Amino acid sequence: MTNAAVHVEGQAAQHALQTYVHDAVASGAAHTKGQQHPIRLYLVVWGWLFVLSTCSYLVDYFGIHGHLRWSLILLFMVLKAGLIVAVFMHMAWERLALAYAILLPPVLVLVFVAIMMFESGYTHLLRTIFFAPTA
Amino acid sequence: MAETTLVHPKAAPGTIPGWRGIAADWASDQRAFKNVSWGKAMMWIFLLSDTFIFSCFLLSYMTARMSTTVPWPNPSEVFALNIAGKHIPLILIAIMTFILISSSGTMAMAVNFGYRRDRVRTAALMLATAAFGATFVGMQAFEWTKLIMEGVRPWGNPWGAPQFGACFFMITGFHGTHVTIGVIFLIAIARKVLRGDFDRERRGFFTSRKGYYEIVEITGLYWHFVDLVWVFIFAFFYLW
Repeated sequence: MTNAAVHVEGQAAQHALQTYVHDAVASGAAHTKGQQHPIRLYLVVWGWLFVLSTCSYLVDYFGIHGHLRWSLILLFMVLKAGLIVAVFMHMAWERLALAYAILLPPVLVLVFVAIMMFESGYTHLLRTIFFAPTA
Repeated sequence: MAETTLVHPKAAPGTIPGWRGIAADWASDQRAFKNVSWGKAMMWIFLLSDTFIFSCFLLSYMTARMSTTVPWPNPSEVFALNIAGKHIPLILIAIMTFILISSSGTMAMAVNFGYRRDRVRTAALMLATAAFGATFVGMQAFEWTKLIMEGVRPWGNPWGAPQFGACFFMITGFHGTHVTIGVIFLIAIARKVLRGDFDRERRGFFTSRKGYYEIVEITGLYWHFVDLVWVFIFAFFYLW
């Protein structure tokens, strides 16, 4: 059965074979001995995390305010989180089936964030209308 | 069809790039996470659930802060310290951040040496990570003591919105608990590494299963997650 399938779908099979061989070289070899990467990579990422943390501290130190402050904080936060997850936690070398299963659900928290923003806006409105301190 | 028939059953299945590969993995027989041991997959799934717990804490903090009509205390001033006669804003938190990042660096290298079966270096780096973690918890205890002495309570504080204390104690307390558990976890695994449990495949006391060096990476996943949560707490609670 296997042979027949290969003969009929020769071209497709060759493509699959190439994919398979490529995988054995790229990720398969890495997984047989566990996650093996040069120490230098970790040191570089470590250095970047220090730089990014310093940057986000300096945002506060120089007292930047308003939208620039918030966007800078978010930018440095996302970059740091990305480096930690991708390199330190090895997500960059995991199969997509695992990466998407773990990384997509937290994105849905943003929906919750949006709901609670509406909710707190409403609560704030009620508080200003009915509980404002009377002079 | 060809993809499934050509690959030898015992060989590691090939990766099909993109969404087709994800669909193939998830639609496959027996296990969705190829090349990933159950221990690692379970740690990832646990971390995903923990992400939701911390998300809920940060969300409730956001809701409290956005809906209050009383001004929120300025964290830059609340967490400032006087060092050598100089008033430096948020300095304690900055130092804590650098300590936690350093601990993540040593942990990443411990994982690397673990897979090279370098027992002594792996254990030493794990213990260094644990020491950084313990220092972090110590500084957090100092921070808590300072704030409690200044009159911060879960129901009020001298500077503004009363919810500040509740959010602060809840979020940093839960994170500190995670760090503490991580330190214990690290010391326990470092002891096993040093004793050579994973070279001799000694069976665990509790599970009666053979241990492998992969447990160092799994411990590392937990530790990096603790660092990751701090990145978000630092951004949203201390800097915002």
